[in-house]
Amino acid sequence: MLLNQFLLLGAVLFCIGVYGVIARKNAVMVLMSIEVILNSVNINLLAFDRIWMQADPDRLPHGNVFALYIIAVAAAEVGVGLAMVLLIYRNRRSIALDELSEMKG
Amino acid sequence: MFFAAETEGAATAGWFLENAWLIPAIPAAAFFLIIFFGKRMPKGGSEIGIASMLGALVIAAGTAYQWVQHVKDSGGAEGEHAVGQGLLGAGRWIGEEGGEEAGHAVAAISNTTDWFSLGGLHVSVGSYIDGLAVTLLLLVAFISTLVQIYSTEYVRGDRRYTHFFAAITLFSAGMLAMVLAPSMVQFILGWEIMGLCSFMLIGHWWEELPNAKAALKAFYTVRVGDMGLLVGTAMLLAIFGTLEIGEINHLAAAGEFESKNLLMAAAVALFIACIGKSGQFPLHTWLPDAMAGPTPVSSLLHSSTMVVGGVFLVARLYPVFHVGLDINIAGQQFNFIAVIGGITVLIAAALAFVQNDIKRVLAYSTVSQLGYMMMGLGVGAWTAAVFHIFTHAFFKCALFLCAGSVAHTGSHHSFDMKTDMGGLRKKMPVTFVVWIISTAALMGIPFFAGFFSKDEIIDSAKHNDYTVFYFVGIIGAFMTAAYMTRATYLTFFGAPRGGAAHFVHGDDHHEELAHDEGHAHAYAEEHPHSEAEVEAHDAHGHDAHGHGAHDTHAHRGKPLPFAPHDSPWQLTVPLIILGALAAIVGFLNAPAFDLIWFEHQVAAASGLPFGEGIYAIPHPPEFSWSAAMPGLVLVALGILVSAYLSREVFGDAPSRFKGLTARSKPLRAGHSFLVNKYYLDALYENVIVHAIAYPISRAAYWVNQKVIDGAVNGVGIGTRRTGELVYKYVDQALVDGAVNGSGAAAQAAGGSLQPVQSGRVSMYGALLFGAAAVGALVLVLVNT
Repeated sequence: MLLNQFLLLGAVLFCIGVYGVIARKNAVMVLMSIEVILNSVNINLLAFDRIWMQADPDRLPHGNVFALYIIAVAAAEVGVGLAMVLLIYRNRRSIALDELSEMKG
Repeated sequence: MFFAAETEGAATAGWFLENAWLIPAIPAAAFFLIIFFGKRMPKGGSEIGIASMLGALVIAAGTAYQWVQHVKDSGGAEGEHAVGQGLLGAGRWIGEEGGEEAGHAVAAISNTTDWFSLGGLHVSVGSYIDGLAVTLLLLVAFISTLVQIYSTEYVRGDRRYTHFFAAITLFSAGMLAMVLAPSMVQFILGWEIMGLCSFMLIGHWWEELPNAKAALKAFYTVRVGDMGLLVGTAMLLAIFGTLEIGEINHLAAAGEFESKNLLMAAAVALFIACIGKSGQFPLHTWLPDAMAGPTPVSSLLHSSTMVVGGVFLVARLYPVFHVGLDINIAGQQFNFIAVIGGITVLIAAALAFVQNDIKRVLAYSTVSQLGYMMMGLGVGAWTAAVFHIFTHAFFKCALFLCAGSVAHTGSHHSFDMKTDMGGLRKKMPVTFVVWIISTAALMGIPFFAGFFSKDEIIDSAKHNDYTVFYFVGIIGAFMTAAYMTRATYLTFFGAPRGGAAHFVHGDDHHEELAHDEGHAHAYAEEHPHSEAEVEAHDAHGHDAHGHGAHDTHAHRGKPLPFAPHDSPWQLTVPLIILGALAAIVGFLNAPAFDLIWFEHQVAAASGLPFGEGIYAIPHPPEFSWSAAMPGLVLVALGILVSAYLSREVFGDAPSRFKGLTARSKPLRAGHSFLVNKYYLDALYENVIVHAIAYPISRAAYWVNQKVIDGAVNGVGIGTRRTGELVYKYVDQALVDGAVNGSGAAAQAAGGSLQPVQSGRVSMYGALLFGAAAVGALVLVLVNT
């Protein structure tokens, strides 16, 4: 069935993203991984929206709206994230995340 | 049904009638402006006060004009052209608010807004305009304006000049708010504002003990009556289920109440409030003492505001009193209101004979005239009583301002007629003429204002079969004429004495006192009694104008006070205006000339029908000179007898009447009985207050020591014991144990979780996703 393929794709992308977030040391790479995670979610939303649309053509495209919403939020989030990365770089001349342990409790 | 009709009426009524709430609002706002900014103003805040009163006066005048138009419109052709007493024809159901009964029923115009509502009871504020309210509004605004102008000179240089104007402005605002009140709550609000302000104004010179005492006495005495107002209002609420004055009047007049006895009790309770406020017997004792305030205050208090409040309450809620006390029921000879009013007329007039202080003569005269108004209301002469409020305000205000003018300019700030006045008629012509006109109006000499109102009351008493009160009325008129003649003689005729003697130019004192330095000294030598006497009469120690302040006059660049001149324009202009009005205002309602314009404007406000029937006000009697004649003869007799006796007793020539009260035993007894004011003050202060205050305070002390202290101590000891036990077992073992235990647990948990907080972002991320994964797993497991 069509839905399964989309969901599988989403799951794979999600895992790749999670792996990237956990394993990468470069902050920019982590941000990119987060984008991947968010987009995997988008794929799920669009897929479900499509399925429901087939069942009931009159309904409103809620899933699409959600996806658009997430894209907007992701853009903002990347903006903030890159600004933080930039500041970290200016302070420390490095964006290696494993060297950042100021938050150690 | 009420409010629909009222809104309709208001829509066509005109701007002033709809916005009448501004009349009290402007002075009330001015009060705050004066309090906050008055001291920084060039004239110390008096300009704000006068401007606000002028604003109120303009709106009140506009309201009055539009009301007259409104009456004309509602009255139709019949009401407008009908002349004579038959105007208020039978079947004229005046209290009907909707106006559906007849074309000439003039509906009151009510413009209200809900202040608050409590479980279905809506308490409104706003304006309730009818003839009665319009009359009083115009009167209060007008007289307040004149009195404030007068005050700019009279209290000039006073240390609390700004506060004086603030208080007097708020005072007027209180009266105006009360007059406009659509509900009993606003009525009480205005009533209490006046009570407070009268306290502040009477005690304006509180540095001297008698003044402070007089202020307290006024406040407490009125307060005794005020309880009646609260109780009566609560009873009205219980009877009618509403606090709206219009509805109460309507329901009372229509007989829509459960229990007549309850209504009677409410009327009595409300009338007790009027006894306190309007200085009726037996609570009149505060009014003469209220003379301790500055003269403009006395003038305002005793003419159009404060003391009129009680009469206004009876007139305002007339159906309640009329129905509750069965006024005008066939065969009724006495009723509560008429009896109290009648007693007040006579006893106050009698007291006025033994006063040496000119303001006290006027104060008792006010009490007596208020008695007339109450008596008028008590015998069913509603219109005449309201008209007497109206005319009395002008001439009594003028008389007080004359007294102030005499004291301010003529007699060195003394109000004692016997020691410091006399022979002032030539030196103060304006004051003298105004005094004579106003006195004539007060005595009820034909064609002056007081004649038309007072004669109507007396005539109505006879016409409505209250024969006793007819005689009370004419005897009161005789006494009024006599005591006013005495006061006039002492003040303006005869040889100048004391302070007034210095006033006379070319007098042999003049050379002697030409030097300022010598002046005060010589004065004190000459009048060793005057200071003591002034104090004995609790009067008028002006702090800025005391007896020691003579030379300030000379330094101000004014003529010396003993040069011949009348008062400055701020004093004389209000006097002239009021004097002129005192002469002519009676023609607004002069049955002798078929002029009943005033009655036509206000009669609808009585809330009752005129004519025959149960709960109807009888038509006013036809005026005839023969009916008025006994009263007029007695007035003339009073003037002649009193003038003769005054010349004999107070004149220079030796006379067998001199010292009569000292020689004749019965006369002496009567004299001292009067001088001691029927011993009522002694009764109140020494007997009642002692009887109540001392046992109560002793009992309270005992209760305090034995019961309350014992209880407090017992509770204290018990509490301490309990506390010890609690400390030992509960606090130490249980509470502390729990606290310590939780602390230790938290420490252990923190220690074991510490490694998680590595500070490495990627580890946080891994934990986050791990947790999310666990959560997702749980969800899946739960849902399947």
